[in-house]
Amino acid sequence: MSFKPHATTRDVTGIPTGKLAVWWVIGSEIVIFGGLLGSYIMARIFHGDGFAQEAAHTNTFIGAINTFWLLSSSLSIVLAHHAAEKGDSKKAFKFIWLTVLGGLMFLCFKGYEWIHEIHEGFTIGRSLFWSFYYTAAGLHGLHVIAGMVIMAIISIDVRKKQNMHRVELIGIYWHFVDIVWIFLFPLLYIAK
Amino acid sequence: MASDAHHENQSIWSKYVFSTDHKVIGMQYMFTGLFMGLLGAFLVYVFRMQLAFPGQPVPGYGLVSPGEYNALVTNHGTIMIFWLAMPLLIAAFGNFLIPLMIGADDMVFPRINRLSYQIFLLSALVLIASFFVPGGAFGGAWTAYPPLSAQSKYSLTPLGSVFWLVAVALEFVAFLLGGINFIVTLMNARTKGMKMFDIPIVLWMIVLASIIFMASVGPLIAGAVMLLFDQLFGVGFFDPTKGGDPVLWQHLFWFFGHPEVYVVLLPAMGIVAEVISVFSRKKLFGYKTIVGTAIGTGILSFFVWAHHQFVAGIDPRMANVFTITTVLISIPIAEMMFVYIATLYGGSIRLTTPMLFALGFLAEFLIGGVTGLFLGASGADIYFHDSYFVVAHFHYTFVPIGIIATFAGIYFWFPKMFGRMMNETLGKVHFWGTILGFNGIFIPLFILGTSGQHRRIYSYENFPELATQGMQNLRVFATMSLILMLVSQIPFAWNFFYSMFKGEKAPKNPWNSNTLEWTAESPPPHGNWSEFPTVYRSPYEYSVPGRAKDFWPQNEPT
Repeated sequence: MSFKPHATTRDVTGIPTGKLAVWWVIGSEIVIFGGLLGSYIMARIFHGDGFAQEAAHTNTFIGAINTFWLLSSSLSIVLAHHAAEKGDSKKAFKFIWLTVLGGLMFLCFKGYEWIHEIHEGFTIGRSLFWSFYYTAAGLHGLHVIAGMVIMAIISIDVRKKQNMHRVELIGIYWHFVDIVWIFLFPLLYIAK
Repeated sequence: MASDAHHENQSIWSKYVFSTDHKVIGMQYMFTGLFMGLLGAFLVYVFRMQLAFPGQPVPGYGLVSPGEYNALVTNHGTIMIFWLAMPLLIAAFGNFLIPLMIGADDMVFPRINRLSYQIFLLSALVLIASFFVPGGAFGGAWTAYPPLSAQSKYSLTPLGSVFWLVAVALEFVAFLLGGINFIVTLMNARTKGMKMFDIPIVLWMIVLASIIFMASVGPLIAGAVMLLFDQLFGVGFFDPTKGGDPVLWQHLFWFFGHPEVYVVLLPAMGIVAEVISVFSRKKLFGYKTIVGTAIGTGILSFFVWAHHQFVAGIDPRMANVFTITTVLISIPIAEMMFVYIATLYGGSIRLTTPMLFALGFLAEFLIGGVTGLFLGASGADIYFHDSYFVVAHFHYTFVPIGIIATFAGIYFWFPKMFGRMMNETLGKVHFWGTILGFNGIFIPLFILGTSGQHRRIYSYENFPELATQGMQNLRVFATMSLILMLVSQIPFAWNFFYSMFKGEKAPKNPWNSNTLEWTAESPPPHGNWSEFPTVYRSPYEYSVPGRAKDFWPQNEPT
């Protein structure tokens, strides 16, 4: 059963429909993270007496390594897009899975970090800083997982040389997930 | 062939339940919205009876306890805004009209569209389920201010609060998915020849509303996650004893909550624009002005939210700023009203049922808008805050939007939706009963509010200055008017379902209208057209001098 209506193939704006939709998704995500981080910044400015002390316990080293994983996975998704544009489905497939691997490394380090912190008693209920820390990083982590799942699904088609344009779409989304982390890292780890 | 997705032998399941056809999804939203509206109406019936006859069992319900009263008020508000106005005005009309009015066969993402409805249905079920969990449904008002909403030791509804919050969050997800679909479809899938200013106003409004919704709901989604963590894990985002700030929730809520007013207002304004232009047989006055003012309203609506918090302890300097922005936003809305009146001026007006509802919208919403000025001024608001004046004010905005304009739209597009005409006489009975009942409810509430009657009070018997016979008479009058309004929906229900099956067959274009949906069959088949229409002109060319016919469809070659 074909689901694709004629409407999907039109592009009055000159921007392909899928790409336009991804940008709107990102627009809606920006306000979600914006609301959360805005609340965090306001809380820190107005009621932030204990924040710096609590933030001193975050592991900047793991945060930095995770920044590295995400940034390098951004590079690999760009390479996947590049390969997809050239029609090299094998190479695109490979780079997509390299990106998934980058995401996986990020999650492993994050998991280690959180387990360690929870054991030390830095739980979500300990203080407002930790509440924001787990909520913001958790919401971001869910986006990482979602991106990995979507990439895995897309890769099936890519191997069959179908829907190659979707590599670019997931790439845009993945960059967005990266950029969110670029905000989270200094706000949660560096600002002590 | 317009679409290769014709399926003649679909089962009932794939045709009506799991369909990806935009028209079917629109209907699903409409019927779910109307059902939820019925539920919301039942809730208001129960708590208005309690207010008119305190302590006596309500027929069809029984005795109302104070906790139940709170739950009834809370869920009435929640349902009427999130499960009646939103699904009907945006999702039902948006789904049905966008592809038909732009000459497309469907939305650009039909499966996301179906998913959006399924999440919406789930959200409605979660909300209904909240009435049956131990402790009962949430009673902390539709604004869900913490600490009442965050801690079950205050709300006494440990599960009800969580269910309520999850339901609202799911509803937001449904409308985000639907909204992205609407915006992309209108931007990208218009048929040949339809330029930006050939788009019917109602579509501009639905899509602008979707954009405003998308831009404003994000912080509240974040806030909902935070509140959920407060409820479930004892986190203190909004708890001052743990370093949190309850006023933060108010900011997050109203940053969404006030634009939300315009999210539902704009589609209502759009429906009314279509109806009054058709039934005054006159070109819509100032098309670009309407689009411009709608965009202006949308932008301004992000800078007014703190007028809900004048008594919440915000900085008085900030209150000044928000007073100014709030009063400013009445300018574009007033401009729209004038533009509509200018459209009526000199037209050959036909008082059909949809036209009556459209005119009713203008008259009633005007009262809502003007009384809003009292509340926008921070000085006056300190007196009026949390009184029935506020209740009456926002019902004079939301009832015209969610009920009156919705009915205008249903009566207007019913022939296209179901291929049959509705009965005009029953429609007029419905109109007058609704309008008289509505004013009968809320004019007394304005008076009660100015006399100092507080909102969200279970019984006024323990407030000697509010328990006077005169005030009680007004309460009884309001409740009786409510019953009149509710009873007046019976002719509508009869008309709606009877006409759906037995009404007079509708031609393609019963109202002699210009927009593209009237060039498709009534009801349109899957795929809408066998050949897509091409657009040659703007949608409001009525009574053009020198033409024999008083309308000029968008798709008619010159």
